[in-house]
Amino acid sequence: MIGASLGRIGAVVLFLLRVLGQCLPALAKPRAVIHQIYNAGARSLIIIMLCGLFVGMVLGLQGFDLLQRFGSEDALGVAAALGFLKELGPVVTALLFAGRAGTALTSEIGLMRATDQLTAMEMMAVDPLRHVIAPRFLGGVIAMPLLVAIFDIVGLFGAQLIGVQLMAVDPGAFWSQMQAAVELDDVYEGIVKSICFGFACSLIAVYEGYHAPPTAQGVGLATTRTVVVSSVLVLLIDYMLTAAFLGR
Amino acid sequence: MKSQRSLEIGTGLFVLLGFAALFFLTTQLPGSGLSLGEQAGYSVTAKFDNVGDLKVGSPVSMAGVRIGRVEAIRFDPTDYRAVVSLKVESSFDRIPDDSDASIQTQGLLGGKYVGIGPGGSETFLKQGSQIEFTQSAIVLESLVNKFFANFASKDAGTDTAKAE
Repeated sequence: MIGASLGRIGAVVLFLLRVLGQCLPALAKPRAVIHQIYNAGARSLIIIMLCGLFVGMVLGLQGFDLLQRFGSEDALGVAAALGFLKELGPVVTALLFAGRAGTALTSEIGLMRATDQLTAMEMMAVDPLRHVIAPRFLGGVIAMPLLVAIFDIVGLFGAQLIGVQLMAVDPGAFWSQMQAAVELDDVYEGIVKSICFGFACSLIAVYEGYHAPPTAQGVGLATTRTVVVSSVLVLLIDYMLTAAFLGR
Repeated sequence: MKSQRSLEIGTGLFVLLGFAALFFLTTQLPGSGLSLGEQAGYSVTAKFDNVGDLKVGSPVSMAGVRIGRVEAIRFDPTDYRAVVSLKVESSFDRIPDDSDASIQTQGLLGGKYVGIGPGGSETFLKQGSQIEFTQSAIVLESLVNKFFANFASKDAGTDTAKAE
């Protein structure tokens, strides 16, 4: 059991090294990467924006209710901005990304494996790592920080909608306290997290797809595993990064 | 070819949107610079010994009703006081010119705002006039210090009384 787990971790790391080795050659043909940014990013846009809006609105309601008890509902802007930048934005986007784009990647690559497309490429001396895996991996890594930024903006808009429009928090206090409390380091923390999460989610998705058993059941299981492993990994990395940033 | 074109447009749009969002997060969220939409009004100034953590954009209110916002906070190097310029909405144009301005706190942990107390003059504040009577922000620490100093000296007094 332990041996199998260790073996899987090792296999993922070795796979990562092989993919990284193919990333530069893959970047030389940007068209495939652009296609994957479209698949992973642009097509996740609607769900990201919709979820961001509702998470922001909930944060506006809950934050207002909580802060009101201390008579400091003006701090809602600060709470929403820091909450979104540092935690909610990167984590929720990564979880959605794993569910929306990660599963699509895994099942696509898994089906390619199952229908012997990858084997056919290998027969023709075309490296599937360079032409199939690396562009998909890069697409996910590039799309994630952009998705997180959009999620943050829409979320803040949602919090503003509830806090200022519905609950009548003073807009001047909302924005001015937010701008006074948020520092560039907070923004960087979110960006670093989003890049790490994009890395982890994309890696797990392509790994599971590439190594899926070539059966209908195997592809299904691999897709499920993508969501589970990515989610756990994202939360784990999130804790470590948060501790690292707070410890500075 | 058609689908290739729409794919490129979609990707471009997404990347542009993403970078616009990143730009907003890095430049507008920290520090000042976000405009709240200019409102018609007139600005008056008031000098304070200490503005505490009053911020540009904080509300200006009278009897608890918001009548404007803090437009700018400067430092006057000649008399070492803070010059706060207040933008008052033009509908509130009948504020006596001997009104007083004080910096107050919203709630226990809330932000600071400028409260205006009406005076009794027949002439009103207008663009560029200065509010003469001001009261600075109450610094909580100095208040607590004062309180404890009082408390300690009283305590010491009773102790010595007991000892006798």
